[in-house]
Amino acid sequence: MIFHPGILALLLGSALTTSMLCYSAYEGVRIIRNWDIRSGSERQLELERRTYLVSTVMSYVLGFQLLSLFLFIYTADTLSPLFIGAMCAAGSLNVNGFGYSALVLKIVSCLLAGLWLVVNFTDNRAYDYPLIRKKYWLLLFITPFLIAETSVQAGYLLGLRPNIITSCCGTLFSTDAKTVMSEFLALPRLLSEAAFFLSAPITVALGLYVYLRSKGAYLFSIVSFIHFLISIGALISFISIYFYELPTHHCPFCILHPEYGYVGYPMYLAILVSAVSGLGTGIINPFRNIASLCNVIPRIQKRLALISILSNSAFVLIAGYGILFSNLSMAAY
Amino acid sequence: MGAIEKQRNILDFTLSSLGRRKGKNIALVVVYTFVIFLLASVLFFTHSLKKEAFLILQDAPEMTVQRLLAGRQDLIPTHYIDTIRQIRGVQSVAPRLWGYYYDAMSGANYTLMVNAELNDRAGEIIIGNGVSMRSMSGKRNQALRRNDIIPFKTYDGSVLTLKVRGLLPFASELVTADLILVSEADFRKLFSIANDQATDLVLNVRNAKELSTIAAKITQIHPDTRPILREEILRTYDAVFDWRGGVIFMVLSGVFFAFIILAWDKATGLSAEEKREIGILKAIGWETSDILLMKFWEGSAVSMAAFFMGIFLAYLHIFLASSILFEPVLKGWSVLYPSFRLTPYISVYHIATLFFLTVIPYTVVTIVPSWRSATIDPDSVMRM
Repeated sequence: MIFHPGILALLLGSALTTSMLCYSAYEGVRIIRNWDIRSGSERQLELERRTYLVSTVMSYVLGFQLLSLFLFIYTADTLSPLFIGAMCAAGSLNVNGFGYSALVLKIVSCLLAGLWLVVNFTDNRAYDYPLIRKKYWLLLFITPFLIAETSVQAGYLLGLRPNIITSCCGTLFSTDAKTVMSEFLALPRLLSEAAFFLSAPITVALGLYVYLRSKGAYLFSIVSFIHFLISIGALISFISIYFYELPTHHCPFCILHPEYGYVGYPMYLAILVSAVSGLGTGIINPFRNIASLCNVIPRIQKRLALISILSNSAFVLIAGYGILFSNLSMAAY
Repeated sequence: MGAIEKQRNILDFTLSSLGRRKGKNIALVVVYTFVIFLLASVLFFTHSLKKEAFLILQDAPEMTVQRLLAGRQDLIPTHYIDTIRQIRGVQSVAPRLWGYYYDAMSGANYTLMVNAELNDRAGEIIIGNGVSMRSMSGKRNQALRRNDIIPFKTYDGSVLTLKVRGLLPFASELVTADLILVSEADFRKLFSIANDQATDLVLNVRNAKELSTIAAKITQIHPDTRPILREEILRTYDAVFDWRGGVIFMVLSGVFFAFIILAWDKATGLSAEEKREIGILKAIGWETSDILLMKFWEGSAVSMAAFFMGIFLAYLHIFLASSILFEPVLKGWSVLYPSFRLTPYISVYHIATLFFLTVIPYTVVTIVPSWRSATIDPDSVMRM
């Protein structure tokens, strides 16, 4: 393990968020088993109070998760000089087998926590807690992801061994430099360009449809999810190279560096927000027939669709700005 | 009422209610600020040292070759140069002569280094700032000047007097404070080093990708040598400074836990007056979620105030007050301290790290107490 402040921060933060979530899951089990809205018993009152605690805890958990996702990438980035052959996070995440799994788990748990908050928000709009059991089942579903994320992240961070000088000689002779995985997700450029330029307008159009007509939420949320994956692929395979102005450099992390004006942060944030809001419209759709929610859900869906449209457009605008004003032209390729 | 307007009103109320309990809150903020100040100072300081080391090592040779004798560094025969130069890809090989000299008069260790420009002016030296201050009595007005003479005791027992030809520029103080540049002839005379030996060899390599291959070849031809790459030195410095910072963090964790317990205690021990206040708010129509929101703003106000004050104080401490508090621990030990100002540098990353180490634990310990106070029954409180 490297005694790096960033690593200590990540380990501490994850341990705290996971323990908070485990506590919430425990409360969740109690609520699932004993919830009875018609009862006026002491226990029911107590449970109703506990739901406030769990909602508060979960909103903090999401906030912390989002921050820790970026802190994780940034820490991996700063650690890269310690490893032979690593030039940015792409290399240092590859130092041991846990790096990329930790990253994927972090993204998944961010999305799930975001969806939970959407469901929770919807549930709190109604007077009779119609989604309470479903909401806590979802919480129980999320908890293992966060536990896995914390353990995998700990496995990654604790397993890091820097290649430093030992007393006999430099270490480089025993360990050969690993190849940097910068090309690991580089899809064929034309394919990803076509996919992105097709899926971006479709997603926005469907979002507008949901916004204006309050229909088609399922389709919109499926398309949003596909668009989420395509956007990440597109960012790596053809958008990033315009920012780097280097046709061979497909790196998902260098774009977060100060030399590119931290442009990666708003882009990744926009992708995440549009995925959560897009998926959110679908996840609350099955409940629109519940009496206490039938007026609430269309309004929330409209708002989510709008957020998704805006963040998608923000992403396209930033990417478009990068492509149009770049000194790189791919016309010859 | 818009959502923003509502938040604003609650924030407004929170701030005025914080103001009504000044004593209690100021005590908390002071301790909180102090904890953040300590952690931020460590973070800024180690980072600046790392950056300084990085800047200095930028000009270091790409590869240094040392000779080992029974596991210790020894003088390297200069005929190694010829065989190393034969390796394909090596651009140049040069011997270096340098070492340390203990000056009994001042009790300081000087770094002596041969400078080619002085080779035809034997008997003259160029000295760093720290050397000029220390050589006599340490008083500023008695500092060494040009044409002053410093006596050196050579390794064969005789005395060698060298004349100061100039001072090194102040800008490079961190590396040159204890440095003395001498001519090759004087250096060999001082330490009785034979003409066919050098301290180590430095290499320039045309293609950085070939460095490891060349290093491997050198150890093959001369198994008694140890090649060190600039990248390795950088990496080691990085790890060492991180490690030092991390150790201090662990030491400070005691302070930190004490603070967390204090925060927990403050948050749980609501006074009767505060309970009454919450009870009244609920009685006049505030919902539990509104009280929770109020508590959220309260925590944010306390955290943000302490966070930014702590960072600001740490900034002053490290970059303007030369980090007086733990300079000796983190910088290392020496008689000749270079006095230098670190280049101010704060990144978002530092702030995020500090946030994770301080604000998040604080928030976590205050969630349950604030929820407890938010779910108080209005009638049970007001009846008290």
